[in-house]
Amino acid sequence: MIWNPNKECMSRDEMHALQSKRLQKLVTYVYHNVPFYRNKMQGMDLSPEDIRSIDDIVKLPFTTKQDLRDNYPYGLQAAPASEIVRVHASSGTTGNPTIVGYTRKDLAVWSEVMARCLTAFGVTRDDTFSVAYGYGLFTGGLGAHYGVENLGATVIPASTGSTEKHIRLIRDLKISGVACTPSYALYMAETLEKMGLTKEDIGLRIGAFGAEPWTENMRKEIEERLGLKGYNIYGLSEIMGPGVSYECQEQNGSHICEDHFYPEIINPETLEQLPYGTQGELVFTTLTKEGMPLLRYRTKDLCTLYNDPCPCGRTAVKMGRIVGRSDDMLIIRGINVFPSQVESVILTMPEFEPQYMLIVDRVKNLDTLQVQVEVRKDFFSDDMGRMLAMKKALADKLKSVLSISADVKLMEPGSIERSQGKGKHVIDNRKLV
Amino acid sequence: MTIKQLSVFLENKTGRINEVTKILGKHGINMHAFSMAESTDFGILRLIVREVDKAVEVLRNENFAVMLTDVVCISCPNEAGSLSTILDKLAEQEIFIEYMYAFAEGDKANVVIRPNDIEKCVQVLQECTCNITNKF
Repeated sequence: MIWNPNKECMSRDEMHALQSKRLQKLVTYVYHNVPFYRNKMQGMDLSPEDIRSIDDIVKLPFTTKQDLRDNYPYGLQAAPASEIVRVHASSGTTGNPTIVGYTRKDLAVWSEVMARCLTAFGVTRDDTFSVAYGYGLFTGGLGAHYGVENLGATVIPASTGSTEKHIRLIRDLKISGVACTPSYALYMAETLEKMGLTKEDIGLRIGAFGAEPWTENMRKEIEERLGLKGYNIYGLSEIMGPGVSYECQEQNGSHICEDHFYPEIINPETLEQLPYGTQGELVFTTLTKEGMPLLRYRTKDLCTLYNDPCPCGRTAVKMGRIVGRSDDMLIIRGINVFPSQVESVILTMPEFEPQYMLIVDRVKNLDTLQVQVEVRKDFFSDDMGRMLAMKKALADKLKSVLSISADVKLMEPGSIERSQGKGKHVIDNRKLV
Repeated sequence: MTIKQLSVFLENKTGRINEVTKILGKHGINMHAFSMAESTDFGILRLIVREVDKAVEVLRNENFAVMLTDVVCISCPNEAGSLSTILDKLAEQEIFIEYMYAFAEGDKANVVIRPNDIEKCVQVLQECTCNITNKF
């Protein structure tokens, strides 16, 4: 099934024309409403009239996460505050989260693209669908929620946690689909087995999995243990949230909602646009966004775009799996974590040396984060209670900054390896290939 | 009437205690008592040695986090009930013991006590004519 064949199956020429029209409108809009973009364009001797087709996008400036930080909280917002009806936020690296405001129309577009995704996965009005992404500032929960409502299926706002209760609801309410992170899906499988139930006891058919990188092997395992078909859904809060791209029944690359989010692949070093089929950094331009439209936002996600025809009938360009990052961001339990966030917390505590190491692992399908820090000699105490309090104080601060809990390990002074130049601060033991 | 105990911060890592004992051994420093307090990822090694200053120096030279803590060391008869008599007195005077460790040899037992109020502890022990050890 296809939710919006007019858009999802548009001919490439029509799509090119639509994108060109929308880009022209967008550039005029941001030029007049966002001083940041106006200044950038003026600095490049560029005016909105210079953009005549989508191919002119290469003339436009890029936007980075740093730009969002520098313009915290509302500097890149184009719509007046009176038009903003909702705000989401993603974690920031220096204490400032990234704030994204949505107008009523933005939310309508979001529900539209989410309905496309869910329909591609096979969800219909007759389904009861549960959303087990976190509800709150994170875009996963509410984004998926309104998509299910828009489609007309019954939404169960399960959120995360209370996994046993959730599984009982899946059984009792005959829930046929679930949206969550792939690692949470594996945790659900484990809980199901622990409860003495089997996949036959529940009737899950469809899984919409995203917010963190996952592999074909994880897909096989989830499908096998939960008895469903698992589809990839991709998104990022800066652009919209979940729903930017989605897999079809082919399960071979994710179709991008290109009429709203224009994708490019660039060489992260030279910033030069690369042709389809070449791996590089994924860049998005929000063609229709009103609240916080972005020109050529660098996602730092590394992947490849494909434009070969898809048997499903959709004509939109597909993106392959995310194979890595062009920065040091980690995705742990679906949450973005930068080593510099940990560093900024450690620097506020005189008890610790400014040396640290993050050890990331996946234990029983759940991501774990250990933060190793060196205790300063002057702060070492013979009192075990004080040492444990020091450890807890750091764990609490990390939790509030990172939004996920970390296991703090106190180390002897000088025991963490010092490196020349840019320090190596991460050991990621998760096997994702 | 108190003695200086060495406290050394150690990661829970195989062979780490031995590194401390090796360094002390190399410098001819003999340990009279030691105990280990541990949590899941680190421990505090507590030692009683005669050459306190030298021990601190050699361990710090090897980059260990070392500090000195005042403790009381008493010697009591190595027989049933003798420690209880002393601890009763301390409890009566509301002296809280943060930690203690002991070792017995022959007819004597030595007990190292880290109380919350060391001066008061020494006073109570003196009043009950307990045998406080100053030197090893």
